[in-house]
Amino acid sequence: MRLPCPHCGERDYSEFRYGGDASKLRPAHGTGDLKQWHDYYFLYENPKGPHTEYWQHVLGCRQWFKLTRNTATNAKVGA
Amino acid sequence: MDRAKRETDKRNLMTGFRRTSTGGRINRAKPVSFTYNGKSFTALEGDTIASALLANDQTVIARSFKYHRPRGFLSAGLEETNGLFTLGEGANTIPNAIGTTTTLTNGLRIKSQNAWPSPTFDVMAINSLAAPFFTAGFYYKTFMGPFKRSWMWYEPFIRKAAGLGAATTNKGTERYDSTNSFCDVLVIGSGPAGLAAALTAGRGSARVILAEQDSDIGGSLLSSKLDVLEQWRTSTAAEIASLKNIRTLTNATVQGLYDHNQAVISIGENRLEIVQAKTIVHATGAYERPLVFNNNDKPGVMLAGALRTYLNRYALAPKRRAVIVTNNDSAYDAAFDLAEADVAVTIAETRSSPAGDLLARAAQLGIAVFPNSGIADVLGGQQLSAVKLSGRHAVTIECDVLGMSGGWNPAVHLTSHGGIKPKYDDAIASFVPGTFAEGQFGAGAVIGHFGLKASTHDGIAAAEAALQTLGIKPPKQKLDAPATREDRSYAIEAAWQPQEQAPKAFLDFQNDVTLKDLKQAHQEGYLSVEHLKRYTTLGMGTDQGKTSNINALAIMAAMRGMPIAEAGTTTFRPPFAPLTIGAIAGRTVGKHFRPTRRSPLHAWHEQNGGVFIEAGLWQRAWYYNWAGNRSEAAYIKEMELVRSGVGIADVSTLGKIDVQGPDAAEFLNRVYVNGFAKLPIGKARYGVMLNDDGIVLDDGTTSRISDTQYYMTTTTAQAGEVMSWLEYLLQCHWPELNVHVASLTDEWGGMAVSGPKSREALQLAFPHIDVSNEALPYMGVKDVEFGGTTIRFMRLSFSGELAYEVHCPANFAIALWDHIMHAATSLDIKPYGLEALASLRIEKGHVAGLELDHRNSLDDLGLGKMASKEKSYVGKELRFRENLQAPERWSLVGLELLESDKKLRGGAILFAATDEIKGHGRGYITSVTWSTELNKFIALGLYNGGLKHEGKEIIAAFPLKNEQVRLKIVSPHFIDKEGSRLHA
Repeated sequence: MRLPCPHCGERDYSEFRYGGDASKLRPAHGTGDLKQWHDYYFLYENPKGPHTEYWQHVLGCRQWFKLTRNTATNAKVGA
Repeated sequence: MDRAKRETDKRNLMTGFRRTSTGGRINRAKPVSFTYNGKSFTALEGDTIASALLANDQTVIARSFKYHRPRGFLSAGLEETNGLFTLGEGANTIPNAIGTTTTLTNGLRIKSQNAWPSPTFDVMAINSLAAPFFTAGFYYKTFMGPFKRSWMWYEPFIRKAAGLGAATTNKGTERYDSTNSFCDVLVIGSGPAGLAAALTAGRGSARVILAEQDSDIGGSLLSSKLDVLEQWRTSTAAEIASLKNIRTLTNATVQGLYDHNQAVISIGENRLEIVQAKTIVHATGAYERPLVFNNNDKPGVMLAGALRTYLNRYALAPKRRAVIVTNNDSAYDAAFDLAEADVAVTIAETRSSPAGDLLARAAQLGIAVFPNSGIADVLGGQQLSAVKLSGRHAVTIECDVLGMSGGWNPAVHLTSHGGIKPKYDDAIASFVPGTFAEGQFGAGAVIGHFGLKASTHDGIAAAEAALQTLGIKPPKQKLDAPATREDRSYAIEAAWQPQEQAPKAFLDFQNDVTLKDLKQAHQEGYLSVEHLKRYTTLGMGTDQGKTSNINALAIMAAMRGMPIAEAGTTTFRPPFAPLTIGAIAGRTVGKHFRPTRRSPLHAWHEQNGGVFIEAGLWQRAWYYNWAGNRSEAAYIKEMELVRSGVGIADVSTLGKIDVQGPDAAEFLNRVYVNGFAKLPIGKARYGVMLNDDGIVLDDGTTSRISDTQYYMTTTTAQAGEVMSWLEYLLQCHWPELNVHVASLTDEWGGMAVSGPKSREALQLAFPHIDVSNEALPYMGVKDVEFGGTTIRFMRLSFSGELAYEVHCPANFAIALWDHIMHAATSLDIKPYGLEALASLRIEKGHVAGLELDHRNSLDDLGLGKMASKEKSYVGKELRFRENLQAPERWSLVGLELLESDKKLRGGAILFAATDEIKGHGRGYITSVTWSTELNKFIALGLYNGGLKHEGKEIIAAFPLKNEQVRLKIVSPHFIDKEGSRLHA
């Protein structure tokens, strides 16, 4: 699989680390109650199809970015 | 005539091949010698193992998997089911090498498999008498019955019958390697379609890789004897070779295609190449399939196309007579070529009216054609001696070989690796690619176009489509197709079923699956293709059913009364063909399996009696031989050194992160549970970080260097994780914070100078620097210039003693260490290693990696009081979820051994005194050491309810050694609870 790093361009997926679902909004620092943090941290959809997620070019420029990837085909919908 | 001679003559009369006097792609001037089952033979350069053995009358070369029936070569290619051999000897043995594709080399040692003492006389042939036991579902059923202890009875049969070569367990001397490469167009296969595609793309100046699994390029062209085709092949190959933008790989099998057009190619036995292609042209051709009739596995029964290949490529003709059985026009090519090589040919046609031009040409060559026929049975002892035709004529014909053609199966395997199911095409009675993944194209036989001209045009068109995808203009000069006759129709009329009773009709030759097995599986309710496969093991051999799958599918569909298209196929998965594990591993073996990290002080430890231990990726100094030759004794002496004098230890492996920016204080205040906003310049503070879920992520100290700069240390184990986490928070969630983080782990080294005499040591080493308690108090930090660089003093203690850490740029580390050692010689300073370092911290009650195991909360580790009540910090909310506040959580305790004649072990399971010693207990020991101060074994552990049970006697059980010891729960701070030593 190839992933598009916004800084370095397309690279092999082995240079990246996966950072989880990026479609959810992390409560701003100092806000949110137990329930909001619980829902943010523990409740995930596991869609077959497009999924917006975080990736880090950890063995490259170390930039974190959002990517929409089709989980069934690994087709990239947009970086 | 003696008996032996008569036997030999009789065998010669049965089946076999002769070298023709001319033709072939073998070098008659270059003999090649080899051994087969210990005997010496000679063949010619250009031979494969298969052609070399056939040329030497070795026609029975294997015994079948289950029944140990004699088997000969079925094919001349990668689809071979029977001709698998063990090559070489000793440590470099390669099992299951495919004889039909392995080039013969001088001195090659070849051994047959699954036959003892030899394929022609095999003791295990008794298995064929036990045939009723080995039918479909054999392996499943034996576990249940039919009688008690069935498995005990069958097991020896199964073990013996697992008829593949054995891998060696010795360490080989072969070298393996893998590389990565990139190209614009990857062309898979070098037949007419592949050559046309590669050259077209190459002329278009795209970067091309042409991968051919064979030792030579040309694909099906190599099996033809037409000069016009050979001219086209060589001129096309020559132009390809002349173009620098085309790389041609031979013996290169594309084993798998992965997302975004990544191809994994095995090259020979020893190499793997991972190719990132922008586009891919599939020109993988097709495999001929057998027909299903009685005894179709007898040596001498081969694929018709294989006979043609052996004749035209290896100059091997059947000795006198050949019978061809076919349901399509392609086998006539083989029949005509054989007849022209003076082989008497008879054709059994399953169709009723073959084309007139074929019949006319057959008549010219003296070939008898029997329409509406087929094979009723194959006769002979170990090998074929005659065939009985089915149909009205029902004649029996003596012959040397039987060539069968049930049609051709496009090699759709790779097109399906991305999950695209192939689709059934009635016109060719086989499957073609369902569709192509983005940037992939097909050409020639793989898409069901079997004609030479069609394949060439396909190749050109596919390359042009690939070029268009790449935004490259197609070349003006269009490649010419070979100047041969127009393609004729393939005219297949599928003939899936035998026409007559066929109790021994084989579908999968390698796994010994018969027509009867399929019927039985169906009767037992294994209807779907995936169930059928697993129940009968059809297609599950090393050949992955290249010759058997489609026949089986068709027969299965017929049994279910549904069209083949509806029955579907099984899933194709990589690897496409067998490959060596060595090629997959490449150089990542032994020490190279993962990187080795060394501290900048590594060389010093090596030269000064350091004994190393692996800690994660790191090589760390475990102990030094000044203290002893065994870790158990040495670490205790090193501990005593630190408790009474001064020692120096390498702490360079700690994670070190430079945190800078106007918002650095706010940032640290958010990530640590305790306050960092008010940390003064020149001070360090111990801090703990949580994940969002309230579980402890890591601990360490962070020092404030200036208003906007901090120096963070993390544990060795979590350095990478913490760095990535900080970047994540800054980049993804807190972009408003003006902070940058940079890892200094590799750039800086560090050493701990510890013990009551450590201040004296530093005073001796740095007389111009004030390291008094006033100038550098506990948790004080000071940057000083020394020897032309900046070094950093931090008064931190992991051991509980008066201690300092001195950090410096990595390339100064050895010089600095040497300097301190020399300066403090009078204090008898000595190095201490990881074991002592970790033991001293246990005595002090510091948690480390073994306790910070990503399952524990702050409260579990007794650190709950550290967390600020005023400010917000990462993990604060979820830290208070119900589960993490439960009173019975396993939390940190100190443990003292009560039985002085016994020892404590890490990982021991903890039980209450009255518990039955069974199950997971109430906790476990995380870290153990001998305490030099208390003169007993002590430990840290996690225990249900934690220090609520302080003072209680409990039991530690170590079932692996059947040990149980009594211990007492105590405070984890075994020494200097007031911290007076730290502040001395």
